[in-house]
Amino acid sequence: MKHVDIVVIGGGPAGLAAAIEAKKNGVKDILVIERDRELGGILMQCIHNGFGLHVFKEELTGPEYAERFIDELSEMGIEYKLDTMVTDIDENKVVKAMNTEDGLMKIQAKAVILTMGCRERTRGAIAIPGTRPAGVMSAGTAQRYINMEGYMVGKKVVILGSGDIGLIMARRMTLEGAEVLAVAELMPFSGGLTRNIVQCLDDFDIPLLLSHTVSEIRGKDRVEEVVISKVDENFRAIPGSEKTYECDTLLLSVGLVPENELSRSAGIEIDPITNGPVVNEAMETSVPGIFASGNVVHVHDLVDFVTAESRRAGENAAKFVLGLLHQDGPVQSTSAGAGVNYIVPHIIRKSNVEEDVTLFMRVGSVFQNAEIIVRADDKIILTKKRRHMAPGEMESLKLPVDKLPESDAVITVEVAEEVIQDEKAS
Amino acid sequence: MYDIAVIGAGVIGTAVARELSRYNLSVVILERDNDVACGTTKANSAIVHAGYDAAADSMKGIMNAKGNAMYGDVCNELNVPFERIGSLVVAFTEEDLETIQGLYENGIKLGIPGIEIIDSKAVYEKEPNLNPGVRGALYAPSAGITEPWELAIAYAENAITNGAELKLNFEVKEIKESKDVFEIVSDEETIKARRVINCAGVYADAIHNMVAAEPEFKIHPRRGQYFLLDKTTEGFVNHVVFPCPSKLGKGTLVVPTVDGNILVGPDSQDLGMDYKEALETTVDRLDYVREMVSALTTKVPFREKITEFSGLRAEPDGGDFIIDWSKTVKGFYNVAGIKSPGLSSAPAIAEYVMEAVIESLENVEIKKDFDPIRPARIKMEHLSDEEKQILIEKDPRYGRIICRCEMISEGEIVDAIHREAGGRTINGIKRRVRPGAGRCQGGFCGPRVLEILARELNIAPTEIEHEGKNSKVLVGETKA
Amino acid sequence: MKKHHELVCIVCPMGCRLTLTKDDHAPKGYVVEGNVCKRGVDYAIKEMTSPTRMLPTTVKIKDGFISRLPVRTTVAIPKELIFKAMDEINKVEVDAPVKCGDIIISNLLGTGSDIIATRSMKRR
Repeated sequence: MKHVDIVVIGGGPAGLAAAIEAKKNGVKDILVIERDRELGGILMQCIHNGFGLHVFKEELTGPEYAERFIDELSEMGIEYKLDTMVTDIDENKVVKAMNTEDGLMKIQAKAVILTMGCRERTRGAIAIPGTRPAGVMSAGTAQRYINMEGYMVGKKVVILGSGDIGLIMARRMTLEGAEVLAVAELMPFSGGLTRNIVQCLDDFDIPLLLSHTVSEIRGKDRVEEVVISKVDENFRAIPGSEKTYECDTLLLSVGLVPENELSRSAGIEIDPITNGPVVNEAMETSVPGIFASGNVVHVHDLVDFVTAESRRAGENAAKFVLGLLHQDGPVQSTSAGAGVNYIVPHIIRKSNVEEDVTLFMRVGSVFQNAEIIVRADDKIILTKKRRHMAPGEMESLKLPVDKLPESDAVITVEVAEEVIQDEKAS
Repeated sequence: MYDIAVIGAGVIGTAVARELSRYNLSVVILERDNDVACGTTKANSAIVHAGYDAAADSMKGIMNAKGNAMYGDVCNELNVPFERIGSLVVAFTEEDLETIQGLYENGIKLGIPGIEIIDSKAVYEKEPNLNPGVRGALYAPSAGITEPWELAIAYAENAITNGAELKLNFEVKEIKESKDVFEIVSDEETIKARRVINCAGVYADAIHNMVAAEPEFKIHPRRGQYFLLDKTTEGFVNHVVFPCPSKLGKGTLVVPTVDGNILVGPDSQDLGMDYKEALETTVDRLDYVREMVSALTTKVPFREKITEFSGLRAEPDGGDFIIDWSKTVKGFYNVAGIKSPGLSSAPAIAEYVMEAVIESLENVEIKKDFDPIRPARIKMEHLSDEEKQILIEKDPRYGRIICRCEMISEGEIVDAIHREAGGRTINGIKRRVRPGAGRCQGGFCGPRVLEILARELNIAPTEIEHEGKNSKVLVGETKA
Repeated sequence: MKKHHELVCIVCPMGCRLTLTKDDHAPKGYVVEGNVCKRGVDYAIKEMTSPTRMLPTTVKIKDGFISRLPVRTTVAIPKELIFKAMDEINKVEVDAPVKCGDIIISNLLGTGSDIIATRSMKRR
């Protein structure tokens, strides 16, 4: 059995930042395990710009952002394995991994950082009826084929889902010579950045059909047409509203799901709202010494937030290994109040908070000129005004340590004020 | 000229071919699709029924009982998963209790082993997730589950190993008969055979009608749609759980799969003769499945669904299996209307057909070197750590995991490509070794499987097909 | 007769809905309304008169670790040149190895923008 101080599972932006920060905080023996043929994770296929505005004050493309961390990791001499799949972890922090060279490895870690990211929601998960021809794929898979392998996945395309991945792929497909006929979006508002609507759809006259969905896929061997229907307030297709689009490809951008198979096999408690581990202020899961950060905890919009969160995980994993993480003192749990869908971290141990703890959360509706109200039990401890909040944009809120009560408490965060549009949890 | 041409490479056609390959005969399997098991065989409940429900004097009754008993041995020889998990027909009302009593008595007549009526307490001990109000159930310990497409693939592989030939993408357009020789014509080729065995599923009537002066039977499609749930739902039920049967069939059930998923369905929808390709799933019928299954249990974790699919049963107008020589065409043997319990009956049907066909030929010798064993697939997921290590040292490709959801290695995929009746398409690989069958539905592994297929088959990645002949995944290179 | 144009500002997440009205007497030829801050005015007028875009895409690469190299413009180029730019970029085949930031095309279509590699790529 191999012994390693910290094993980082996943070498994407989360894993890279966590590993680097752990080393900076005094732990030398770190191993990053990555299943793909190179480090960088999903960023390597995100060739568009928009990354790094907060962290580097520059607008970089995905690969550029990743390379900064890959270079730093190499310069710091942090060990990593590529083309290696972690097959199991248990609550004793024994990590099993496999590759062609080392075969099956068993590694005893002192701490583990889970940074496995997320996968895309599938056609089957949302039960789109119809036939099952070639030409139906998730937007991310298409992105990989086009941007890395250099293959076109279709000529006439319909896209379901107006989150950023769907919007980005609308532009990408168009630039590489395909015809994108429409982007259908179930919600009455787009989940993506307005900038992407302008630059990916408006620029190319691609219609955005809000409150619409794909109600049928047709085609024997290859997609031949899709039917798009308007939906009612319960998101069910309205009979009679069907419009048929002749196309050969349907790209799906219908949500991301944190990949927590390994977390589950280690017995880690999972939050059913985020689909990721329940974590405390140190980004530690319910198993002491197993930490998690990035999309595996909750799906992020900005990689900059992933980096910030992962630096926290790395720092605290190092502290754990060095015996510096406090286990005592008051424990506060966070609770999503009115207008808030979820909050990460779920648990705060005040004794580990130096200056402040950052709460990441998502609101349930579009809010304009709203107020975030933070309570400790019944007492208001903080309020913050926000001009604009939306479900598609993760909010962060710094909670100064002196605002946290001295005893156990429930910290509730709620939003008050003007609602523009409602989003029902599906 | 072949001795035997089998039309249709579903589980019936491949099983028949394998049995015939025991003899010194030239056998060819003609399949219109791009792979084995592309029809009903790939879209059904995967159940090996105990066999108490068909009439004791019907072909269905006889073949099911016999087939079920043969399943253990056949699956051992062919190294196909098979688990005798037992089945329950659940009774909620007085009428239901009468129904299961009737099934029980019929089962006794047929000699179905171990069946018994159990009381409500015993039912809930076995299946705690059932709705309240269960009065009792018919328990049949001999019922089981298998992997139907893998069985067909294994049958085909073993048949080919023993000398049979498989022609894919051979769509029979015409059959001519003269002087005891059949000419079977596709758009590309014509082959000749002395005997034809018609295992063409929903098209068995059309195939027979190509050469018969008068139609003898009609097959219409009866569609069934299903939900497949994530492996995280494993244990939701432990047996095949049936409601009481109705005129339309065995009903909407909940059943584990051999791979650890839960299957919910099917519904039963009679379609017209023109709808033998109607394989789409539909909202209304899937909603109906949900409604129907709620009579058994309201707890089905539909949130964990990973895919839905539909399959067509070949419904014969007479109701029973048609396993016999054509009445008017000498040398032409029909195996038609093989709907439920077709899968369960397959080994018995194959043996029965083999005997009938052999009897009709002269000087047929049994092969001395017939090998009934089809080598097992390696499943990394099931090996011990030590076994994994040894295997990777021998062939490093077993050390590269391609499918994260199901833990499938490159070595397993390469093996599945190169076997007889091997996989050549994305779905062909999915059926054989499971990448794409898990919760990511090919999102992660798809491009990798495509790359491996292209490399192993020595063709361009843009030529790789998803399933059928005109289903290329990629349309070209960027910047072409 | 005044001409109105509507657009959404994308400078910050507020997404102010702006209207521009042509007015030869206004300092930049348009009156902009609906903006919360000054940046919106500049953005709106630029979008109206000479819209530009950053262009991220890929080029073919020979003997590389993979067969496509991600690239981008160094500055935003006129929106109307996007497809012409793609044609020019698609003609290129780069040789591996490449370093992140390497100039692939200099002064693309005379726009003053280079096309640079956005990752390093080793030889196969």
